[in-house]
Amino acid sequence: MERMSDETPRIGVFICHCGINIGGVVNVPEVVEYAKTLPNVVYGEENLYTCSSEGLSKIKEGIQKHNLNRVIVASCTPRTHEPLFRATCEEAGLNKYLFEMANIRDQCSWVHMGDHEAATEKAKDLMRMAVAKAGLLRPQEETEIDVAPSALVIGGGVAGMTAALCLANQGLSVHIVEKEHEMGGMLRYLHRLYPTMQNAPEVMDQLVNAVNSNKNIEILTSSVVKEVKGFIGNFEVTVQKGNGKTVNLGIGTIIVATGATNFEPFGMYGYKEYDNVITQLQLEQLLKSERLQNMKNVVMIQCVGSRQEGRSYCSRICCMTALKNSVLIKELYPDADIYVLYRDLQTYGKEYEEYYREVQKKDVEFIKYLPEKPPEISPGQNGKLNVNVYHSLIGEQVEIMADLVVLSTPLIQHEDAKDLSQKLKVPLGPNRFFLEAHVKLRPVDFATDGIYVCGCAHWPVDVGESISQAYGAASRASIPMAIKKLRTEAITAVVDEDICSGCGLCELTCPFKAILIEETEKGRKAKVIAASCKGCGACGAGCPQMAITMQHFTDEQLLAQVIALAEAIP
Amino acid sequence: MILLTEDSSVLVIGGGVAGIQASLDLADRGFRVYLVEETPSIGGRMAQLDKTFPTLDCSICILAPKMIECFRHPNITLLTYSEVKDVSGSVGKFAVKIIRKPRFVDETKCTGCGTCTQKCPVVEPSEFDVLLGDRKAIYMPFPQAVPRIATIDKDNCLYFTRAVCKICQKLCQADAVDFEQKPQEITLNVSAIIVATGFDLLNPSVINEYGYQRYKNVITSLEFERLANASGPTGGHVTRLSDGRIPDKVAFIQCVGSRGLGRGVSYCSSACCMYATKEAILIKEHEPDSEVFIFYIDLRASGKGFQDFIDRAKENWGIQYIRGRPGEILEDPRTKDLIIFCEHTVSREVRELRVDMVVLCPAFVPKESNKKLSENLKIRLDEYGFFKNEDSMLAPVDTNVPGVFICGCCQGPKDIPESVAEASGAAARAVEVIALTARKEAQ
Repeated sequence: MERMSDETPRIGVFICHCGINIGGVVNVPEVVEYAKTLPNVVYGEENLYTCSSEGLSKIKEGIQKHNLNRVIVASCTPRTHEPLFRATCEEAGLNKYLFEMANIRDQCSWVHMGDHEAATEKAKDLMRMAVAKAGLLRPQEETEIDVAPSALVIGGGVAGMTAALCLANQGLSVHIVEKEHEMGGMLRYLHRLYPTMQNAPEVMDQLVNAVNSNKNIEILTSSVVKEVKGFIGNFEVTVQKGNGKTVNLGIGTIIVATGATNFEPFGMYGYKEYDNVITQLQLEQLLKSERLQNMKNVVMIQCVGSRQEGRSYCSRICCMTALKNSVLIKELYPDADIYVLYRDLQTYGKEYEEYYREVQKKDVEFIKYLPEKPPEISPGQNGKLNVNVYHSLIGEQVEIMADLVVLSTPLIQHEDAKDLSQKLKVPLGPNRFFLEAHVKLRPVDFATDGIYVCGCAHWPVDVGESISQAYGAASRASIPMAIKKLRTEAITAVVDEDICSGCGLCELTCPFKAILIEETEKGRKAKVIAASCKGCGACGAGCPQMAITMQHFTDEQLLAQVIALAEAIP
Repeated sequence: MILLTEDSSVLVIGGGVAGIQASLDLADRGFRVYLVEETPSIGGRMAQLDKTFPTLDCSICILAPKMIECFRHPNITLLTYSEVKDVSGSVGKFAVKIIRKPRFVDETKCTGCGTCTQKCPVVEPSEFDVLLGDRKAIYMPFPQAVPRIATIDKDNCLYFTRAVCKICQKLCQADAVDFEQKPQEITLNVSAIIVATGFDLLNPSVINEYGYQRYKNVITSLEFERLANASGPTGGHVTRLSDGRIPDKVAFIQCVGSRGLGRGVSYCSSACCMYATKEAILIKEHEPDSEVFIFYIDLRASGKGFQDFIDRAKENWGIQYIRGRPGEILEDPRTKDLIIFCEHTVSREVRELRVDMVVLCPAFVPKESNKKLSENLKIRLDEYGFFKNEDSMLAPVDTNVPGVFICGCCQGPKDIPESVAEASGAAARAVEVIALTARKEAQ
């Protein structure tokens, strides 16, 4: 049963105290009384928490009892709560687009915390605007689309392979695109993995074999994503293969697992100037190929190129890598003295702190240096290096004659990440790592539907954490493919072909590639791909002919709000 | 509406953010989910927090929509105030006995109107407010509780203790109060089980020299969260428990019972450096002129955006970080101020710092109930009492029992996004293993 919307608007208003979050500042009863005086408002009430199950049943009750055909909630932000209130309207038989929200928390009680009267007046202004718009709301329909049961995993490292296997074992088909000529990613360069000390090549071979022998997985090595069109459930991906040929794939969901690369510390601590200054990654390979010579003194310097101007972040894995490699050196050469020059040791959590304690017992010396007094390196006798460092905890300058200096450098984003982010229309965040939809609650989703992220593409993490995230991304990516059908956004751009001049500005403006210029009987005209359109409004704002209208945000509706606001101005 | 597309069911034990995320992923994926929570409401630890780092999002504001989604989801059956009693069977066919503890309120009738809780004459400390605030003997643990159903605390209800009162029953318009309610046992058949039972905080009174529970103005970080929260016992004003005064100088102490030798636990609790920084910023937001100190050993800020958050705390908010673990805290008996004795290990000065309030950041510890649950499920615990994964690197959410998975802080300290990603991961593994088991059986 769908309530009619073209009949006279009967607006119900629900105003939330949010405990004292709103109610402690805004005079909610006064706003309710005010709202009831506004045109077409037939019902109004206040709730302690409109979003509680009690509040939601009040909305449903109000719709039934008072025959409401428009609902307004004045509370917090639509970003978190609009879906909930819309769904509630839908449950009561009201088209969910006949719902409007006024944000009287962020825009009133929070920003005008010190002035209760002004906050209350502003809440009334917002109410009046919401009521003006609500009367003009029209029901909107979401269409159903099919989802291709096939995933694309970009990156064939430990994260990508783990996610691919998890999806393939669920019966979904997976394509892995790896730009290198072989699978394995960063695992190919590693020797032993902390904290379990498993052999990286063994771990890698196991994964590669499992991926190779899984009939649901297609592997494309020496291949890159050339073009991505479409939208969740219906991505059209063109992959450029090593042999120069391209292949087109119909894809339901995409997982970005492109990993990271190691920072090369040119110009720092004599790197590339002295042969015995190497990176932790180079040490890893010396250990792996059993080419590490016996030596007396090894110095490891942490935070080389990280936690400093320009690259302010902590790369998370370097402390444990240094500890692990210290243990491996001690196993080979028990008499070697190892000094770890650190700033803050990142041996977080249950296991790593324990590992640190074990390493301390092995006579590895830890020296806390200060960023303002970093270690200095100068050539010493017999090809050794003089490492001079201020040991902040004992307050003395310490000099070490080092046979080998190992620099712990951060993981950084790949150069080509920007290119991929543009193709996928997903953002890079600070430090150029891929930016997830929400740092707390959506750690492996992108804001763009149907695209997910895991492993070092998102932030430096170790192997165990990459695997954990890869399973997480696999879960998220599997959902649309398993349920096979999706409902699309109803708030989209609509082109009035009679006015459109076919100039193409909208096509250039659209960040989602959701609008194209096509030849029609009436000439060149803009066409909206409704399923890709996010309803952002950029095309509408830019259109010189004013030929584009946003559903649910029509000029008429927006102007009504402006006029309602202006009523208060004498 | 997402309807069931799979034949299988999954049991999720624990209704915190990890259990919620695992349930939602599985339910969206088309599985029937039973979400069992021992307390009257889902929400877990995250529901108790004021803001979250590093974005300072209001914790309950971002969690509540997910809690409600669990409640409304057609594929999720919420079993709150319930416990797992017995588990038998194996992957693909577990039989789980659940005890539904009596709420003494009929879940099908209660509308959550709250009249009973207003009129109940018995005032008891609220567990949700870590005993700093009050609740009644018939109560809803917090305003956004899901489900919004009252529960009677039998140990303190006048009817149960002295056979008088019954005010709640008389007032209830819905006729939902039922003093005769008995524990109910139900059996569920599920294909897989996800454990997400979370963690507890160490009671820091074991670190005797910090004076917790002897000095009123020494509080824990979780107590701080409730004090800072607008729905908390002080309406969001961080005040001293001794005199209700807003403190001018506050010190946070890291690693209280963590990274310790001998007392407390030896591991690092992972989230404290960041949440202490967040709490320090909250103080400065409330009272810009206050002075805030954080005593630490190593600043552990290796997650996304964390170092920048700490840099902002130092540069924009003037939070003072002091490397050193205080040796002792003394209370000025007259003013109830606190005097912290500490060596600043970088400048190597011994300092005496007088503050108005001390916030201790205690170790994350395993829940006591883990032992019983591990016996029921036949899954292993680690040396500390957290659930142990099959391989900390290669099988982070698997256990020794196929079909039983673990996620979130029940397997060790971690922050919210790690718990959420892991919860989705556990859901994926459950789906994967159910699919593989079904295929094997079909062959």
